[in-house]
Parts: sequence; structure tokens; C-alpha cells
Amino acid sequence: MPGQVQSITRAAAILRLLASSSGRLGIGEIARSLDLAKGTAHGIVRTLQDVGFVEQDKTSGKYQLGAALLHLGTSYLDVNELRSRSINWADPLAARSGEAVRIGTLLDGKVLVVHHVFRPDDTLQTLDVGSLLPPHATALGKVLLAYDVGAANAVMQGEPEPYTRRTLVTARTLSRALTEIRDNGWGAEIEEMTLGKAGIAAPIRGYGGLVVGAIGLSGPVDRVCDAQRHPRPALVAYVRDAARAVSRDLGAARW
Amino acid sequence: MTDSYVVSIDQGTTSTRCIVFDRRGNLVSVAQREHQQHFPRPGWVEHDALEIWRNVGKVVPRALAQAGIVAGQVAAIGIANQRESTVVWDRRTGVPVAPAIIWQDTRTDTLVEALARAPGAEDLRQRCGLPLATYFSGPKLRWLLDHTPGLYERAERGEVLFGTMESWLIWNLTGGPDGGLHLTDVTNASRTMLMDLRALGWHPDSLAFFGIPAAMLPEIRSSSEVYGTATAVLPGVRIAAALGDQQAALFGQTCFAPGDAKCTYGTGSFLLLNTGTEPVHSSHGLLTTVGYQIGGQPAVYALEGSIAITGSLVQWFRDRLELISSAPEIETLARTVDDNGGCYIVPAFSGLFAPHWRSEARGVIVGLTSYITKGHLARAVLEATGWQTREVVDAMNADSGLELTALRVDGGMTANNLLMQFVADVVAVPVVRPMVAETVSLGAAYAAGLAVGYWPDLEGLRSNWHPAARWVPKMDNAVRAEERENWQRAVERTFDWIKPEARAANE
Repeated sequence: MPGQVQSITRAAAILRLLASSSGRLGIGEIARSLDLAKGTAHGIVRTLQDVGFVEQDKTSGKYQLGAALLHLGTSYLDVNELRSRSINWADPLAARSGEAVRIGTLLDGKVLVVHHVFRPDDTLQTLDVGSLLPPHATALGKVLLAYDVGAANAVMQGEPEPYTRRTLVTARTLSRALTEIRDNGWGAEIEEMTLGKAGIAAPIRGYGGLVVGAIGLSGPVDRVCDAQRHPRPALVAYVRDAARAVSRDLGAARW
Repeated sequence: MTDSYVVSIDQGTTSTRCIVFDRRGNLVSVAQREHQQHFPRPGWVEHDALEIWRNVGKVVPRALAQAGIVAGQVAAIGIANQRESTVVWDRRTGVPVAPAIIWQDTRTDTLVEALARAPGAEDLRQRCGLPLATYFSGPKLRWLLDHTPGLYERAERGEVLFGTMESWLIWNLTGGPDGGLHLTDVTNASRTMLMDLRALGWHPDSLAFFGIPAAMLPEIRSSSEVYGTATAVLPGVRIAAALGDQQAALFGQTCFAPGDAKCTYGTGSFLLLNTGTEPVHSSHGLLTTVGYQIGGQPAVYALEGSIAITGSLVQWFRDRLELISSAPEIETLARTVDDNGGCYIVPAFSGLFAPHWRSEARGVIVGLTSYITKGHLARAVLEATGWQTREVVDAMNADSGLELTALRVDGGMTANNLLMQFVADVVAVPVVRPMVAETVSLGAAYAAGLAVGYWPDLEGLRSNWHPAARWVPKMDNAVRAEERENWQRAVERTFDWIKPEARAANE
């Protein structure tokens, strides 16, 4: 069995200390209570502050439990915040790829479209922000399922609707597709929801690499895929670049 | 052949940005640097013009490096700038004689009151298209002349120069004390109150009204022509455009036809309507301004509706009421309810701007009952921006005789879906957001690229414009009419809040 990670046990102790304290605590008080060097305590508290578990009072400089702890059970990134933070990256993705762009998150087992950029060809298109897409038959949805075991199991235990002959409806095929997405870091959907249509998507990550959404493009299969029906590498690169740019903005360090 | 690009410098109120654009009008790289805001006294807002010039020297090379290009690949530079902010500097040393007075600065309020009663005030308004207000450059320049010992005499002798930010930057870019070009463009000149709106030149009567020596004024040029070649920052590159930021956004949104309009949603919001080659005088509280002028072609005019408080109402909701922790969360909170529950917020924090211009009005929240939740308040906050847009659009339609058929939008608040849908619902025309959100910078780049032949014509620019999102009106006519009446009744309740005695005491 691997040993304990010391900084995590210390972080847990700091959270318990703040929770049991009647008022706010300064760094010196925290360090003394736990017999830690002040620098060590400060490093841990700052990290907890970055992820929202601890808040610092502006005037006294002292610390208390953060609001994010109270909402641990719910999604930590507001969907409107996600749209606001990604809008400057979604536009160039549509401009460079020539295809429509969507950003989605999971909501009650469906993909909620939180942002939509029109295909830049001046044709009449309808904004579908707020609509729900099937997770097993869209690139956005499969990418989101790949990083959410609970949602993936729920979809596989249900009876995924077969939209076309290519829709993944069995637990075995879907599970294999999700593994492949995790291995590649992106996913595609080719005529799995609508004949003649395809899509590519990649995960958007927040602090610590947590997947908070997916960004992707969709369009006619002959534009999105090459002659061998593989997603065009240039488009895949555009999608992954955009996903990484949004992730960096959201504070994901490695992506 | 190596690719060439157009560089735009957006000298804004809080920061200076440089953006590199490619031939399709796509953003290639961005570099940005904020400058200090100085508030030496209540109502005063100042910038250090030298700091701003230094920042230009930092952001331009950074943007080029990010794009991986060299000065030789830059076809032209275009400048967009914060409007009305006033700089006076020494022609020999290049050092400003005083801090720049920024557009929000209200130190000239008593001066403006006095000028409004002076003979010739009504003629001035007809000539320049603007009401006397602290907002514009003329009163700010007069204040500097009054409060800097010896400045008037030095100005008469041509030893000191006046300019708004584009003049200051162009003078420095083209050599400064060493042969720098002292010029401005028609859009910026139209915000001084000193220019004859039809003749597009400084008017002697206007200069006499404010007591400003002609020797210190820049030459007025079009918004899109080669002014000269830079010797600093990007040596050898042609400087080919200058526009005030809101006019640049109008240009970047390719509002080239009479009736085309755009609204930029930021802290405040600015709606500009292209009215063609004839200035339209407003009888509904709008400003008449120059939209743009391309080389020797006739100038294109615009009506402008300025709304003081839009995005800043959301900031107030976040920072003062602390009901949300980030601005986008207002949409989440507003969606917890289906309607405003009968509650309206009119943000007349420092009076009401267009179309009411009531300085004695103050903000109200009306329709409060025990039913109202913070969700209803969040809705009322967003709806205030929608209704204020509607009021300005109504004034524009009445003044111009043109019926707005679609509204092009840009700025940070366009990320708010609920708000954009509400604007479409209450203005009752489709609201369209373009693919390139950076319309101010894009407009300056377009005007510069046009002047050097990088883009062939306006039609070519128009083909670069693509809608990224479009909101269509969905509100029932009867609901719209009733809500509008409620809003109007709420607005009436803001009037006359500051008592006349209190106003007199402040003067």
C-alpha cells in the first residue's frame, strides 16, 4: 500500500482546524496549532485558497473556510462563467475551422449546450444555447462521459437510443470508445447521430485537471473527415488547441 | 512572398492593447498593458501620458513577437483611442505640461455651467453637434489654460501642443520633438466641441468661445489615409488610421450603410447609428458625431446614444451587494426565476444620460413586495440594460427617420445570453454578435489597411464580417408594451430626487 501524502493530511488538518474555530485564523495561529513551519502552513493555505476551499478576509488577512466547500456536491464552475471565459477562444476555432462550435457540460445525464458559435458562412443558423444533446451520440457527450465514470455507467445501464446504424448503443462499444478518448485526449463522432454529419471534441479542464466541459466542432462528414473517414488532423489540432487555451485560462496547469 | 499584417493600437481608458490582424481580419496575437488611474480629488481622473507612450513601446514589440513577425511584414498601423481625454505637451521637450484629463473627469462642471449661460452657447451646439458637458475636450483644455500659469501665452506662441490620445501617440511615433507630426482625425476632432461638423475644420467662433489659441491645435485629417511613417516603435511602417474607440467599433462592425447600428456593451454602453453623409441634429438627447472619413471622400456621420451605467450595474451587484461572486453568475441567478416579479431597477447613479439627460435623477428599485427574491433583482439588473438600449434606439429612430432593422453588438456583456435575448425582445429587432469580438481594434486595423490598399474596398471588409450568434425577438407584443410602460413609470420615479437647493449649494 502506498504511503500517505503528507501535504494532503496536513491540508485536511487545516480544514478541520478552520471548521472547528469560532472565528478566522491567521497563518501564525494555524502554524502553531498544527506545529508546522509558517512557510509550510502558508504554502498549503495558499493552495487551498486557489481551489476555493479557503478564503482570506481582505481587511484582517485571516483565513476561513471557503464557499466552494459548501458546494462540493454541485458543479464547481458556473456554466455562464464557462461561456464567458471561453468566448475568445471559441470564436477563433470557428473562424479557423470554418465549422460551427459548441461548448457543453453534463446536466442530468444529457449534454447541455452552454455556448454556440455559428459556422462562419453567413447562412441562417439558430442559436441552440440551452438545448440538450444525447451524450452517447455526440463528440461533446462522449468526451464528457470519458471523464465522468458515474454518468458513463448511467448511460450504459440505460438504453441508449440508436439514432443511426453507427450509434454506439452497447456497453462494450461505448466503453471501448471512452477508453480510446482518454488515451487520445480527444474524441470524434461520425454519423452516429445524423447521417452525413460528424464532430470532433476535446475536454476543457479546470484546477487539478478536473474536466469541467468540452469544446468541439461539427459539420458535414466530408468536411470534418478525410477520404478514409478519419477526422482531419488539422481540425483535431484546432480543437485541442482551443481546449488547451480555455483550460489554461481556467487555471489547469498542465494542459 | 511572406505574409503581411496590419497592426492596431487601442489606447483605452484602462489599458493599451496591440493586436495583429491577418488579411481575413482574424486576430493573430494580442499584447496588453494597463496604466495607472490617478484620482487626486473627488471627480478628478488623470493619466500619465508618458506612461501610456512607454506602454505603446512595450506592447507593440510583444504582439509582433507573439505573432512571430517583424516590422517589415506590417503593412500599416491603425490607432483607436479613448475619446475626449486631453493632453497638452511641450513641443521642444515632448513632456506633458500637466497630467492628462480623462473623459470621466468632472472638474469642469462649474466652468461648463458658466459657459452654458454665455452668449453663443446655442450657436456652438449647432456647429459642433454636442451639448455643453464636462465630457468633451474643449472645456478640459480651457480648464488647463486657466489653471496652468503662463500656459495661455505659451500656447499662443505655439510652444505647447494640444491633442487627444491619438495626436499624442502619432506625434511621438513620428519623431516627437524631432519633427513629430501634429494631427488628429475628424472623429476625435468632433469630440472637442471646437470643430465645425460640416466644414470639418476648427471654427474661429468656437475657439473664441472657449478662448483657445489656434496655434496649439493639431491639423484635422481624415480617419483613413497615410499620415506619415513611424520613426519609433515600428520604424518605417506607415501610420494610416486614427479613430475614436466607439467610431472604430462602428467601422469594425462594418456599419457602412445609413441605418447600420452597433452597440458596444461595457461598463457603460454606446450605441452609434450611421446616418450617411449628412449630420442629423438630435431633438431627443443624442449626440451628433463624425462616424468616419476615408481619405478625400465625404465624411460619414453618426448619431450616438451614451448610456452611463450598464456593465457597472452588474459590478455594483457583485461588489456592493455581494449577491454574486463573478459577473457571469448574474445570468445563473437571474435564471432561477421566470420574470422580474414586478421589480425594476433604474441605475441613475449619477443622473441619467441619453435620452433623458437628467443630472438630478438618482437610482431607484421599485415594485418591491415580499415576493421578490435576489433572482428577481438579478433579472431587473439585466433588464435595465435592455430597456436603456430600447430608449436610445427609440430616440435614434425618431431623430433619423431610419428604422433600425438589426442591432450589431460587441463588448464583454455579449457573453450574457439572457441579456442578449432580452435586448432582442425589447428592441424588437434581431441582435447579432460578430465572430471577431475585438471590434474597436479591428476597426482601426480596417481603416489603416484600407488606406494602404491591404484591403481593396469596404465591400472586401464587409465580406470578412460573419455573425457568430443571432438572437431573434420572442417576446409577445402585449407583454413588451406593458413592460415598457412599467419601465417608463420606474424612470419617472428617479426624476427630481436631488433637491434644487442642494444643487445650488454645490455650484
